Amino acid sequence: MDYRRITLFAGHYGSGKTNIAVNWTKYIAEKESRVTLADMDIVNPYYRAKDSARELEDMGIRVISSFFANSNVDLPALPQDIYSVIDDKSRYAVLDVGGDDRGALALGRLVPGILEENSYEMLLVVNRFRPLTRDIDGIMEVVSEIETACRLPFTAIVNNSNLGAETTPEDVLESMDYANEVSRRTGLPIKMTTVEKGLFDSLSGRIENLFPLSLQKRPTET
Amino acid sequence: MSEDMSEKVLMKGNEAIAEAAIMAGCRHYFGYPITPQTELTAYMAKRLPKMEGGVFLQAESEIAAINMVIGVSSAGKRVMTSSSSPGISLKGEGLSYLAGCDLPAFVVNVQRGGPGLGGIQPSQSDYFQATRGTHGDYHTIVLAPDSVQEMVSLTVKGFELADKYRMTSMLLADGTLGQMMEPVSLDVGEIKTFDKPWATTGTKMQRPNNIINSLSLIPEELEQWNMTRFERYKVVEENEVMYEEYMMDDAEICLVSFGITARVSKNAINEARAQGIKAGMIRPITLWPFPKKALCEAADKVKAFISVEMSMGQLIEDVELATRCKKPVLLCNRCGGVIPSPQNVMDKIVEANNLGGEKA
Repeated sequence: MDYRRITLFAGHYGSGKTNIAVNWTKYIAEKESRVTLADMDIVNPYYRAKDSARELEDMGIRVISSFFANSNVDLPALPQDIYSVIDDKSRYAVLDVGGDDRGALALGRLVPGILEENSYEMLLVVNRFRPLTRDIDGIMEVVSEIETACRLPFTAIVNNSNLGAETTPEDVLESMDYANEVSRRTGLPIKMTTVEKGLFDSLSGRIENLFPLSLQKRPTET
Repeated sequence: MSEDMSEKVLMKGNEAIAEAAIMAGCRHYFGYPITPQTELTAYMAKRLPKMEGGVFLQAESEIAAINMVIGVSSAGKRVMTSSSSPGISLKGEGLSYLAGCDLPAFVVNVQRGGPGLGGIQPSQSDYFQATRGTHGDYHTIVLAPDSVQEMVSLTVKGFELADKYRMTSMLLADGTLGQMMEPVSLDVGEIKTFDKPWATTGTKMQRPNNIINSLSLIPEELEQWNMTRFERYKVVEENEVMYEEYMMDDAEICLVSFGITARVSKNAINEARAQGIKAGMIRPITLWPFPKKALCEAADKVKAFISVEMSMGQLIEDVELATRCKKPVLLCNRCGGVIPSPQNVMDKIVEANNLGGEKA
């Protein structure tokens, strides 16, 4: 699948942005030597991209994250390094944006630079099993709120419909109607459908642009 | 949500509590954001204003929020507030007033590490606070879920018990449960409602005034209020105890744990069984009323207990009391926001197994 210099993942709270951002960063890093993942989440206290920092750094990926992320300090601050995403055009960058309009607000300061360079993809992550975005009106509301908050329009959709560990191939296949309807209503193409890697083989060839995800290991997993 | 309720959805624990509360008929939410429970407040802010009669209000403080709960409850409506540990301390005065007024309310504590401002990682160190309460003689029904699904069912149950016994019921969760995402069914069945002839809904010239009040300056009268209230508590203790037994049929080591640590304990029990150690667990689902009888009976069968908790030894006191110290009770704990690992628990199971205590 193609990618541009900057990829942003935004969408409804809990739609799966972080896991996709981490996997997409690894995907680009297989082809490019200079890649950055920016954890821009100012909403979530735990379960963040920073959980994967060590693994990504071992792969030569630069991880930018709040100094306070995953610490015991509840401070929604972003480090100054975040500007390198715009300034250092020699690096590919993946931005994991916080959920909903509140999370997207943090993007505002970078948007003029992103628009000026114009080599970006702003991806809308959707999961039809999330209760507040199960219907199309719900997702349209989120789209409008995020675009208003960060002033950056979406360019494509990522269908990440899943029910966690209980997801079946049928759940994913059935979610395509939903993804197509979101696409029709927003006028955005579906860039990819993401599935946990254990489901990849059974869905391969049945869905266009299927992308396997290795789920991020949570430090608190039991 | 208007869709088919039998279809599962993927929710964070905090969101699931909020949605379940709405399904239980709660249309009034008062709160103040605090990590790690803020998603609950945010969810209510999105949902309630769109509902008929729905009121969401971010109060100026936790103290204001709990007093708004007292007001709405007095008028006979289902109402709730939620917070995390330091915020619950602020609500403490209101919790005692709710008890003194015999008002039903549903309160959620998604615990974080303490004392003081503490941290934002999960903890169970408000066990004493939840089960012992603040000033005065009273009890709170305390419900301890161990999954997002159980957060849904216990939220509904919490509203029902509160109305049935005119008490506060508290859902005692922790940051991990609040933040984790799991598939849930929102099919909660029929919701029970209860008549509230005591509510201050206007006499309509048909009855004397209802007065909601916790103040009595006549000692004999106040004593009688307390006596009457405790008769009601006795009924709760006799009828509403909930717990889960896990591999207890032949267990020699009995773990006692609730919430997220009960899930860690199950992993450790499976590992212990694989190594030939007969471990099991009694998981209290109601922390008050505490499953005293189940534990006391288990004490005649097992050789030791282990209290697995994210606090410095709080649950263990109730285990010792319930088992009347018939068998040793070991403590397996982490605190400050650290969750015990299955290995931590496994090590303690091995230690308990080596005690050589006499098996009854």
